[in-house]
Amino acid sequence: MNYPLVWARNLQKRFGELHAVRRVDLDVWAGEVVVLLGPNGAGKTTTVRMLSAILAPTEGEARVAGLDVVRDAVQVRRKVGLLTEYPGLYARMRAPEYLSFFAELYGVPEPRRRERIPALLEQFGLWDVCHQPLAQYSKGMAQKLAFIRAILHDPQVLFLDEPTAALDPLSAKLVRDTIRELKGQGKAVLVCTHNLLEAQELADRILVLGRGEVLAEGRPAELFQRYIRQAVCEIRFAGPWDEAWREIITSLAAIEAIGDGFVRYRTENVTLVNPPLIARLSAAGMPVVSVQILSDNMEGVYLAIVAEKGLPAEEGGDAR
Amino acid sequence: MHGEGAGEEIRLMRVIIRRELRDTLRDWRIAMPIGILTVVFPVLMAGVAQLAVYIVNRYGASLLAERVTPFLTLVVGFFPLSFSLVIALETFVGEKERNCLEPLLAAPISDRALYMGKLLAAVIPPLLAGYASIGLYALTLRLVLGGLKLPPSLYAQALVLTTLEAFVMVAGAVVVSAHTTSVRAANLLASFIIVPMALVLQVESIALFWGREGALWWFALALGVLAIILVRAGLRLFQREHLLSRGRQGLPPRRLWQMLKEYWSAPAYAGGEPFSLRRVYLRDVPAVLKESRRALVCVGASVVMAALLGRYLAQQYPLPADLLDFPALSASTFRGLSMPEGLPQFTVPGIFWNNVRALLVEACVGALSLGMGALLLLMVPMMLIGYFAGAVEQVGGGVSRFLVAFILPHGVVELPAAFVATALALRVGLALITPHRDGSVSRQLLETSVDFVKVFVFLVVPLLLIAAAVETQITPRVIMMLYR
Repeated sequence: MNYPLVWARNLQKRFGELHAVRRVDLDVWAGEVVVLLGPNGAGKTTTVRMLSAILAPTEGEARVAGLDVVRDAVQVRRKVGLLTEYPGLYARMRAPEYLSFFAELYGVPEPRRRERIPALLEQFGLWDVCHQPLAQYSKGMAQKLAFIRAILHDPQVLFLDEPTAALDPLSAKLVRDTIRELKGQGKAVLVCTHNLLEAQELADRILVLGRGEVLAEGRPAELFQRYIRQAVCEIRFAGPWDEAWREIITSLAAIEAIGDGFVRYRTENVTLVNPPLIARLSAAGMPVVSVQILSDNMEGVYLAIVAEKGLPAEEGGDAR
Repeated sequence: MHGEGAGEEIRLMRVIIRRELRDTLRDWRIAMPIGILTVVFPVLMAGVAQLAVYIVNRYGASLLAERVTPFLTLVVGFFPLSFSLVIALETFVGEKERNCLEPLLAAPISDRALYMGKLLAAVIPPLLAGYASIGLYALTLRLVLGGLKLPPSLYAQALVLTTLEAFVMVAGAVVVSAHTTSVRAANLLASFIIVPMALVLQVESIALFWGREGALWWFALALGVLAIILVRAGLRLFQREHLLSRGRQGLPPRRLWQMLKEYWSAPAYAGGEPFSLRRVYLRDVPAVLKESRRALVCVGASVVMAALLGRYLAQQYPLPADLLDFPALSASTFRGLSMPEGLPQFTVPGIFWNNVRALLVEACVGALSLGMGALLLLMVPMMLIGYFAGAVEQVGGGVSRFLVAFILPHGVVELPAAFVATALALRVGLALITPHRDGSVSRQLLETSVDFVKVFVFLVVPLLLIAAAVETQITPRVIMMLYR
């Protein structure tokens, strides 16, 4: 396929005087996971709603699976699996009945429904509770059922708003593994999340949204390079500190802190600096226990972007 | 159609209806009362009918039995329908409150299929219960009252009216549900459906007790037209975007007060210009009138229709010629004019307050009847004018002279005032099916109400005052002059 499954240019959305999405350009290719990061109210949910053909953009264009989100709204919705911000289950229904309802809406044939619904319920550990009314489901169970609803019709494109919210670690891993599996099947996946570790783990590319526009975009490694210019590393060692080691470290990097059994230093290039540094410290008698790059996570990148753009932690209400 | 076939739309509609029906019937708070009303109420009403027959046998009031039994058929069919409102008002806004709506809005289903599916799902259970009630009532009548049979045409009428009433109520309630932000707000706005429906029922019962069963078919026709208008308006106005918006607020009366207070400052919509009579008459009132031009056209058409109807009635029911002996009128006729109780005195304050009161009542009735009440109340005096003009024409008395003498002097001021007030009242009443551009019914209701107040205070009231002065001081002189 020589075009992205999700394509948006100059996407904008106004609600009266509120400019919820100012300008979003976005591509998600088949077999790619793109993560949208940003504070609350940054425009993530509104962007996803426009791409799901629920809201019409005020300006700009968007295509999903080659279809225009305004002109071909119904067909777009058929191609999309949407995990909404809230699970949104019908309290008096049971899981198989609930899934069957959505499968019918999405035109999943009866034999396929009969095969797929129990399999997915089993896979996500909900088969044993499928006789219970959905009102009795815990938050995590409801979230898993909503996730199943989103992937039930085997959509080409998935929009997942906080897919692991309210999930226990095991269930969250199951969902992340499923997302990777879907990516492997060639689906285009767009994930909105506040979970930076999850973003780092899943994303092929990350878009940071703020004030309704894209503030930063790139592969995680590119973003690290762009925003975390100096990595902070920590060496843990056994025994007492030896002042002779200080000279070795300062010859290659800048010491940040020395504590009980650890030394922290800053360097611009861990690949070039760490191997000779560890070798020389070991030769000088440091009993190295572990070496860890502390700033190698999305949190550092995200905070750097937020600080650079002067964004507040929460913005004013895009979640319409 | 969004590129979908009609067959696919119907399939999706059925999927929605099936789910909604299951959901409704599983909710004991709805299912149980419907069941009770369907089973218990008809038997109770049959008991009432039996009582009526007993009274007939004992006291000979045969008319009572003749009229009560068919009337109860309508009542029995209508009672379970009251639950259609509960279901319909929940349809969109209830799901929105429970955060269930977005997955449905994201599904590949056209607006029409979604809207109609929800609407039909809200109509079906109470309507079937209504039919079952009528059936049970008929059966009980036969069993309890020794084979008492009502004419089939009456059952047909009851079934048709029950069906149309259900559609009108549900269509109105679904419009409300799709354009409000909370179930509470929807319930408050439901009075705009309940009150007119109560009036409809009362008029139906009057027709039945009066022995004019045939008139009920005209009623059925009017309800059918109204149901179509409401369904079409609902479909036209249905927007997924409005359903997801939480920015719109329910607008309470205190907001009405705030909006009126803002009017005295320098609101943005007046270009920041502070309040002045110049601003009112050069900017505000013309702007509202421009906004109301379609309502004014509608009022104009209704007035013409009413006048023509009056003229037609004059031909059907002519007045005795001696009642139209205008040359016999003298100045003392007007001076010593004492009005029957309940009608205003022939003085400036008397006529002025009467007209102000009449137009305010008209606005209130209009607000609670989709504007129809306001139109009808204006049409009555217009019909009377048409009737008297027609009567004058019948006796060869010169219609133009009659109109110039009796209507034109004060009418040239009073009629525009009445037309404008009615057009504004019509807009207030129609707010239910013509939501604000942001999708909110309550906002539209509020803004049209504020427009009504502005125009009423600054245009209608002054015109009515002038008209009252002309009517008492100039009109009698013109009559004397033209008929002497």
